[in-house]
Amino acid sequence: MSGADQIFVWIGHEAAGWAPAPAQPLVSAILAIAGIMAVFGACFALTTVAERKILGRMQNRFGPNRVGPYGLFQPLADGVKMLTKEDIVPFSADKTLHFLAPLVLTVPVWLAFAVLPFGRNMSALDLDCGVLFFFAIGSASELAVFMAGWSSQNKYSLVGAMRAIAQMISYEVPLVLSTVPVLMLAGSLSLNGIVAAQGSHTIGGLARWNVFTPWGLAGLLLFLIAATAESNRSPFDLPEGESEIIAGYLTEYSGFKYALFFLGEYLGLFAVTGLAVTLFLGGWHAPFQWLEWAPSWLWFGAKFSVLIFLFIWARATLPRLRLDQLLNFSWRFLAPLSLINLAVAAAWHWTGAWESAAAAPVRWLLCAALIALPAHWLGRALRGRLPPPRKYRYAE
Amino acid sequence: MNGAGIIKGLVETARNFAGSYHDRERLTTVQYPEETLPPVENARTLPFLVYDGGDAMAGLRCTACMICEKECPPQCIYIIKDQARKPDYMGKMQLQPKVFDIDMSVCMSCGICVEVCPFDAIKMDQVFELSTDDRFAGLLFDNEKLARPNEYFRQLHKTEASEVDARREEEKRKAAAKAAAKPPLPGGVK
Amino acid sequence: MLNEIAFLLCATLTLAGAVAAMTLRNLVHCALCAAGAFAGLAAIYLQLDAEFAGFAQLLVYVGAVAILIVFTILLTRGAEIQPAASPSWRMGVTVGALVTACLIGSIAASPGLHGSPPQTVQAPVKRIGEQLMNQYVMPLEAIGLLLTAALLGAVIIALREPPKPEPPAP
Repeated sequence: MSGADQIFVWIGHEAAGWAPAPAQPLVSAILAIAGIMAVFGACFALTTVAERKILGRMQNRFGPNRVGPYGLFQPLADGVKMLTKEDIVPFSADKTLHFLAPLVLTVPVWLAFAVLPFGRNMSALDLDCGVLFFFAIGSASELAVFMAGWSSQNKYSLVGAMRAIAQMISYEVPLVLSTVPVLMLAGSLSLNGIVAAQGSHTIGGLARWNVFTPWGLAGLLLFLIAATAESNRSPFDLPEGESEIIAGYLTEYSGFKYALFFLGEYLGLFAVTGLAVTLFLGGWHAPFQWLEWAPSWLWFGAKFSVLIFLFIWARATLPRLRLDQLLNFSWRFLAPLSLINLAVAAAWHWTGAWESAAAAPVRWLLCAALIALPAHWLGRALRGRLPPPRKYRYAE
Repeated sequence: MNGAGIIKGLVETARNFAGSYHDRERLTTVQYPEETLPPVENARTLPFLVYDGGDAMAGLRCTACMICEKECPPQCIYIIKDQARKPDYMGKMQLQPKVFDIDMSVCMSCGICVEVCPFDAIKMDQVFELSTDDRFAGLLFDNEKLARPNEYFRQLHKTEASEVDARREEEKRKAAAKAAAKPPLPGGVK
Repeated sequence: MLNEIAFLLCATLTLAGAVAAMTLRNLVHCALCAAGAFAGLAAIYLQLDAEFAGFAQLLVYVGAVAILIVFTILLTRGAEIQPAASPSWRMGVTVGALVTACLIGSIAASPGLHGSPPQTVQAPVKRIGEQLMNQYVMPLEAIGLLLTAALLGAVIIALREPPKPEPPAP
């Protein structure tokens, strides 16, 4: 088990051992950074083509299948296109901000990958408050959206940027609140600690992932919805919907800067997916104890891929939400539900003594009801804002 | 139940996704340009001239009556009459066009020229792969480029071609019957 | 030595950001330089091993307060006004210099500068949480009340008025 499982750690140690002793921490840090950038860069390329093909199949058509076998070299073609396009900066644009905006978006997102544990002993940084670091870095990228929209000196860009920021701020609240039960019950903000807290097993060898508890399931759903909104993906892609506002804050960007925005958006998606896997799906643990022989980074990758497929599936299925529907959904449904989820997690913790007894299903059902009923009522309240049925007046 | 619509939608797309791998006819697209979609009878793109028989210029049904040139809304048809006459399908001598040019970059595929032609000489084609790198001359189609045999017309628009051919046959038959029923003039003069 | 270089860099970034926020003509640039100053301050916290404080500073100041400032600038259209030099700028400079001199004098004379540096306290998040819930629970609750009051105020200001009944048709 330890051979295949720790292979990347071993490679890192061996390679860093070749450097002189005082430079070894620096070299090992650089190796970790290079590894993360290589893996997630390749992941970005694969995801763009996989998304187009899966979307195509779900829409009863093939995806791109001309460039390379099954269209797998399409990212190369897209890359060449993006790099060779002319970089147009509008005449009245604020040149410094216009140049800096893609950088301010992409750099913090790369930073967020440093705390994710990709396998056993495989996180680049083991911070004591890893989750806080992750959210702090994520919130720094919202300024980039504003910079992009403002510097273009374009009404559509500005309106798109304001909508995007309003959306991102509104959905940060359920995003952070839905992770608080996990932190509470794991007792630590460190991501390695949270993964370790999900490492034990219950009856039948089923791992104690947070998603197998009612508050964990609700928390995962809330987190995934908020994450879809944070990365401006359909059905929350009002800021960049082509039929709405041309391209929103991305209107005046072309060529490599547009590619950087695209990259930043997808990397943000990967980062929150990695966090969801770590917090709710047990990180690099296997679902059953008798499956622990497989390498841990393979389990992380498998869960990661399943979540990315879920995001693509949601994109293919759901229509775009309007701005007021979006904001109502966040403030009137997701935020109260995350607070109630916190209370349910506390109730779960207090009834911990019921677990070994036959009352375990009662505990599950009780906590599930405690969160499902308010969800139902909040949903009904949200729908109640529909306008009354129209009264038609016909000409006599 | 809240969220029932979302679940139904997700099931539908999942069914599409899974079905696309083992049901080829679920996928409505074709691998163009290796395959093309089957043609639809009433589709139209640009006009062409019909000719009967083997020789394109001799069998052209067009009699240079100039009606389509007058009626064309963007005025993309340019006709010059020829002084020589040729016989039509009934044996009557008709004029013919010396120059018949249609500027395809101007033509808007309205089909008015087809509607007004009294001789069933101009019909709508279904070609769309007309890309050329010569902006002006490449899309200016003359007599030869526009002419297509009647068999081609029948292949494209079966119903319309059958109707036209049936009508022309009927007229020929009626004329032949009338000629046969006429008593011979005295003195052997025909 | 590396520590001092790092501190000098962070301090320079913070000061430069603050000075730029005061002196630039374009208001949006000022707001973004202020965000840069906040980030520099967070870097200083991190350099002092106060991880929680540093990341909370980033999350709150750069992630929320800076965005609030730019929204305010956008919604009040203040960025189009070119600030003109004030006619009483000499008085302003004098007062500023006096205040700076007082501050420098009091900092230089403070005992903390001459004593030995205090021991770095390990502050894992668990310990911060325990202190907040036991020793500092009253300030925590007071801040919570303050934030709730602010939120209620915002909601009341933004509350839609109930629609007036339609006047009867003539």
